[in-house]
Amino acid sequence: MASASSLAASLSPTTPPDVMSRAELSEIDASAKWPVIVFLVSGLVWLLIGTAFALISSIKLHTPEFLGGYEWLTFGRARTAHLNTVIYGWSVNAAFAVAFWLMARLSRTRLRHPGLLLIAGCFWNLGVTIGVIGILAGDSTSIEWLEIPPYATPLLFVAYAFVGIWAVITFRFRKTEHIYVSQWYLLAALFWFPWLYSIAQIMLVFQPARGTVQALVNWWFAHNVLGLWFTPIGLAAAYYFIPKVLGKPIHSYYLSVLGFWSLAIFYNWAGVHHLIGGPVPAWVLSAGIAASLMMVIPVVVTAINHHLTMVGSFGVLRYSPTLRFVVFGAVNYTIVSLIGSAMAIRSVNEITHFTHFTVAHAHQGMYGFFTMVMFGAVYYILPRILLKEWPSAALIRTHFWAAAIGITLYWIDLSIGGWIQGVEMNNASIPFLDVVRHTLPWLWVRSLSGILLTVGHLAFAANVAWMLAAPRAAGATTPTLFQTPPAVPVR
Amino acid sequence: MNKGPLIFLGIFFALAFSWVGIVLTNQIQYGSLTPYYDEAEGQLYPQKPSGLAARGRLVYQDLGCMYCHSQQVRRPGFGGDTERGWGDRQSVARDYIYEPRVFLGTMRTGPDLRNIGARQPSADWHYLHLFDPQLTSPGSVMAPFGFLFDYRPVVGERSAHALPLPADYARAHGLDRPGYELVPTPRAAALVAYLVSLKDAYQFPEARPYVPARKSGGAR
Repeated sequence: MASASSLAASLSPTTPPDVMSRAELSEIDASAKWPVIVFLVSGLVWLLIGTAFALISSIKLHTPEFLGGYEWLTFGRARTAHLNTVIYGWSVNAAFAVAFWLMARLSRTRLRHPGLLLIAGCFWNLGVTIGVIGILAGDSTSIEWLEIPPYATPLLFVAYAFVGIWAVITFRFRKTEHIYVSQWYLLAALFWFPWLYSIAQIMLVFQPARGTVQALVNWWFAHNVLGLWFTPIGLAAAYYFIPKVLGKPIHSYYLSVLGFWSLAIFYNWAGVHHLIGGPVPAWVLSAGIAASLMMVIPVVVTAINHHLTMVGSFGVLRYSPTLRFVVFGAVNYTIVSLIGSAMAIRSVNEITHFTHFTVAHAHQGMYGFFTMVMFGAVYYILPRILLKEWPSAALIRTHFWAAAIGITLYWIDLSIGGWIQGVEMNNASIPFLDVVRHTLPWLWVRSLSGILLTVGHLAFAANVAWMLAAPRAAGATTPTLFQTPPAVPVR
Repeated sequence: MNKGPLIFLGIFFALAFSWVGIVLTNQIQYGSLTPYYDEAEGQLYPQKPSGLAARGRLVYQDLGCMYCHSQQVRRPGFGGDTERGWGDRQSVARDYIYEPRVFLGTMRTGPDLRNIGARQPSADWHYLHLFDPQLTSPGSVMAPFGFLFDYRPVVGERSAHALPLPADYARAHGLDRPGYELVPTPRAAALVAYLVSLKDAYQFPEARPYVPARKSGGAR
């Protein structure tokens, strides 16, 4: 259908440019259909599995005898299975789907041979499956963010390399003169991740470096997965969807250039702040702290750019699910990054290091920012590739409020609890078991916020499943919004 | 910014910067750190762990102990590590050179374990603690590791390592059948051998106690 209309458009010189571009867009969307569906649906399945492991781990931290008899679900394994399912299962799959769709749209070219991408997607998910089963069976490497056992990682690497190369090929076929800011972030992320991953695997697992050099490699990798992979993908999506939904350009082109390069230069040095006070050379830590503080520049610049684009259009948040999720994510990006810079200051780190404060921070970043932006992107992309509307606005509303309240409760609660834990732990006159006891109320509230997040995920999954199963409506349809806007144009 | 190759070059050099700075430079700086030879004792430090402890380290790894326990002591005056008795001195890079995988850790849901072997040298304490942390540390949130133990009929003599459970605990948990004993599996034995081996007793020159500057007069 899409091709027919684009054929008609190309034959008639009088076709208005808008119609032409719509035909072209739907052709691009059609080429990305199956890869996006496969990545998103497998990501969603991992999200549900990861949520189950999250709840189990969270409950175990205040009620340790819960499921205590099962070796494969002992805290050290369930927690690790949670991290790897939500990171390599959900987040990476979602990132793939969004990155491909964005790359094809922004390059104004269809995906070539999408079938090959499907194979890469299958390999990736096979690798994650083997990896998570391996972790539950006791083969974890116990290297943070790299726990997947060495018999599964080569599979992941090959699948990733294939996906990355495919995105670059799509970029090479671009029909646009201009390279949009989202494309810089996508290209950078797709190039950085395999570099980080392969060096980390070699120097930590296959040919381990000596002593605490391992710790430096570990945190160079683990923090950069956030900073140089998930953050750029999240920002690429925010840079696309905020102006797209509002129908107006991003606030400042020059700020987006400054934001991109300052992030590229400073973020990759910041990771070693996870080792402050540790047995590694002091100069690396000082360099890492300096870089962490310099991160204020890209964060503030990006914040100005995103939030000033919003100024004057806040009313649209009442209607557009995509915008509401993405803006929630963008606001959290600003907050979480500024907190992160502060946490690298030695006197703050002395308290927050080794506590739940860091856990709160990690979740605010990966969920409050990245995952929320991905949710918003899915609400935009799926109707366009399936040519169907979301079946239920109520489910979207449930998803948003459960996720937004859940994650906000989560990070504020654990930040307070973690701060108290850190202050008390540094005071040797308080017995350690009292410090543990004082964290319990905060851990209970965390489990509560986990239940809220679970509700949100179930609403999301139900809506996606319903949408996939529902027949396509005949004729024109209107987008599913939270409420019908009076006259505001929403795209 | 419309030139693809230029953008790519920038992307490349951005990460190359920290790859050289954090990874390569440190690998060159101390990636082949050697043990310290003590001339008075005629000994090399640190010493290599025993075979059983090396196997126990793998159990520590597969159960994910490091997600709740760090293995690094911060210097006196920075955090409360030494005041809590987690070590006499700060940890230094040389302490870790024989460890095939370094478990520095980033979380202290439980206490630091870098010197747990010095604090709790008794294997029996560790067995009880692993079987049910409430036995030794009431109020702990540590996972119980009952699956590392066998409840079995005594064959011949009682095992030397049978757990000395308090009588009322054994009764309450149905572990008081006559002729039965609760014994650690080989994995538990290896794990405990590893835990007991964890102590950085040697004073490397670079690890001398650091006295915070506010006490004038200096340390040495």
